[in-house]
Amino acid sequence: MIYDVVVIGGGPAGLAAAIKAHEEGGKVLILEQAEYLGGILQQCIHPGFGIHYLGEDLTGPEFASLFIEKVRSLNIPYILSAHVMKIEIMLPLAKKIQLIAPKGTKDIETKAIVYTAGAREKHGFEIGITGDRVSGIYTAGEAQSLMDLYGVMPGKRVLIVGSGDVGLIMARRLSLEGARVVGVVELMPYPGGLARNLVILRDFNIPLYLSHRVLEVHGRGRVERVKMARVNSKGKTIPGTERWIECDTLLISAGLVPDVRVLESLGIRIDPSTGGPVVNEFLETTAPGVFVAGNSLVINDLVDYAVEQGERAGMQAVRYAKNGGLPSMNWIPVEKGGNVRCVIPHYINGENEVILYLRARKPVKDATLVTGKKMHKIPVVTPAEMLRVKIKKEDITRPFKVEVSP
Amino acid sequence: MKYALTCIVCPLGCVIEVEIKNGEIISVANYKCPRGKEWAIEEILSPVRPFMSVVRVIGGIFPVVSVKSTGPVPKENMKDLTKLLSNVVLQAPVPAGTVVLHNPMGLKVDIVTTRDA
Ligand SMILES: Cc1cc2nc3c(=O)[nH]c(=O)nc-3n(C[C@H](O)[C@H](O)[C@H](O)COP(=O)(O)OP(=O)(O)OC[C@H]3O[C@@H](n4cnc5c(N)ncnc54)[C@H](O)[C@@H]3O)c2cc1C
Ligand code: SF4
Repeated sequence: MIYDVVVIGGGPAGLAAAIKAHEEGGKVLILEQAEYLGGILQQCIHPGFGIHYLGEDLTGPEFASLFIEKVRSLNIPYILSAHVMKIEIMLPLAKKIQLIAPKGTKDIETKAIVYTAGAREKHGFEIGITGDRVSGIYTAGEAQSLMDLYGVMPGKRVLIVGSGDVGLIMARRLSLEGARVVGVVELMPYPGGLARNLVILRDFNIPLYLSHRVLEVHGRGRVERVKMARVNSKGKTIPGTERWIECDTLLISAGLVPDVRVLESLGIRIDPSTGGPVVNEFLETTAPGVFVAGNSLVINDLVDYAVEQGERAGMQAVRYAKNGGLPSMNWIPVEKGGNVRCVIPHYINGENEVILYLRARKPVKDATLVTGKKMHKIPVVTPAEMLRVKIKKEDITRPFKVEVSP
Repeated sequence: MKYALTCIVCPLGCVIEVEIKNGEIISVANYKCPRGKEWAIEEILSPVRPFMSVVRVIGGIFPVVSVKSTGPVPKENMKDLTKLLSNVVLQAPVPAGTVVLHNPMGLKVDIVTTRDA
């Protein structure tokens, strides 16, 4: 059997892509490496999901179940415990997906692919933490999965590295369940999370160490203490400011990176500013017929955007499969102007309305977002919050530049 | 006593100043809209939070099931509520939306499951 669209990854972006592709008349299959659908939403048990997409505030599992039930009611087939190892492009309309499942390896053929494998977390060694190899060092996601899927507490005295929303949300979960969070360490001079999550630090009396970095872990068998120090404005350790903090657990919440390992063998272009693939407005990568959405494309703070991207990718993947490809266009590159760290998509064709997702480099108050010839006033722009704007066809210029100015 | 609270009602994030004397609010300043003022007063007098936790299940998909409160609960009650829930053990199957505790500690909310177990 040859599918029209195979979706790799059954998180919110993948489920949304599969539903859309099915509704557009495609023959669809979902491959998920975990034993359950829903992706990281199953372990994000706090509310805050679906405010834009549904106009309702749900917890992660509740939001996921809406999509899972839809997939089931539409009889869209899915395979669980199916880890995709490799993708090969044989011909433009013949792609081979190699997966490992409990029953062994298997090849699946499809015309188009939507890749929604989410993100991976940065580990301690990637942010320069050295020292003893001991137990008690977790990424935030590992700790979240332990606590909220398996009911296991990762430790009693916890130091958290990274003050982004993920780190703060874990600080709350750990404190609520009786652990002592002895501090949150942040390299930057300002906290990474949204104001509504920074309240957590106040609620549980958790010290925030700004402009600090964790250097070293010490312990025999288990984490016993952790060395941290102040950094200067260039992020360099200031000698003489080192000190040790007693804790039994170190939680690393140093950020997410799109997980594109499976795509790498296709030689697609990667954007260093997002860590994800370079895409056109159909969310198609530089490999024709391979689309990408959700956290594999760009780290989304909101599930709503991951779902929106999934729907777009799913729809375009069916169009690709049915028409034997998407017509190539005179692509207009989306140029990054001042204070824009990253923007999605990278190419637009000027013939449709498009949605841009972008992140600023620095916080700005009373900002103006300039997209082509259009200006949007935004009261507050922070790097912690992704911006989403819809651009009308008539507002697209050649060249097309995006800029955030004060 | 003066408090400076970053308003979380909208992304503007006004830093609202609230002054308190003998447990009473005597001034609220620096807010840009009435919703922010209301929030700041509540945040000082009776702060509430959304509540979430997990509860043990026997024979379920995972060893625990996620739960939430049907409405916000007072901040000071969150830890006791977690303790109360640590004594609860459910028997699978438990569909999402099942009431685990009805009106615990008189808080006028229910604790319900948020995924199937
Ligand atoms: C701690 C935390 C808190 C968050 N809080 C909020 C919030 O309050 N509100 C909000 O709107 N958003 C929140 N988000 C963001 C939101 O969860 C994400 O934007 C969204 O889950 C991304 O969905 P996804 O489908 O791209 O990825 P994921 O949910 O990660 O799904 C990817 C799926 O792909 C599977 N997969 C990976 N590799 C393979 C492979 N090789 N083969 C097969 N399957 C594979 C994985 O098992 C997984 O199921 C939060 C995120 C985190 C980490
Ligand atoms: S006071 Fe009003 S305008 Fe200011 S942050 Fe709060 S809700 Fe927004």
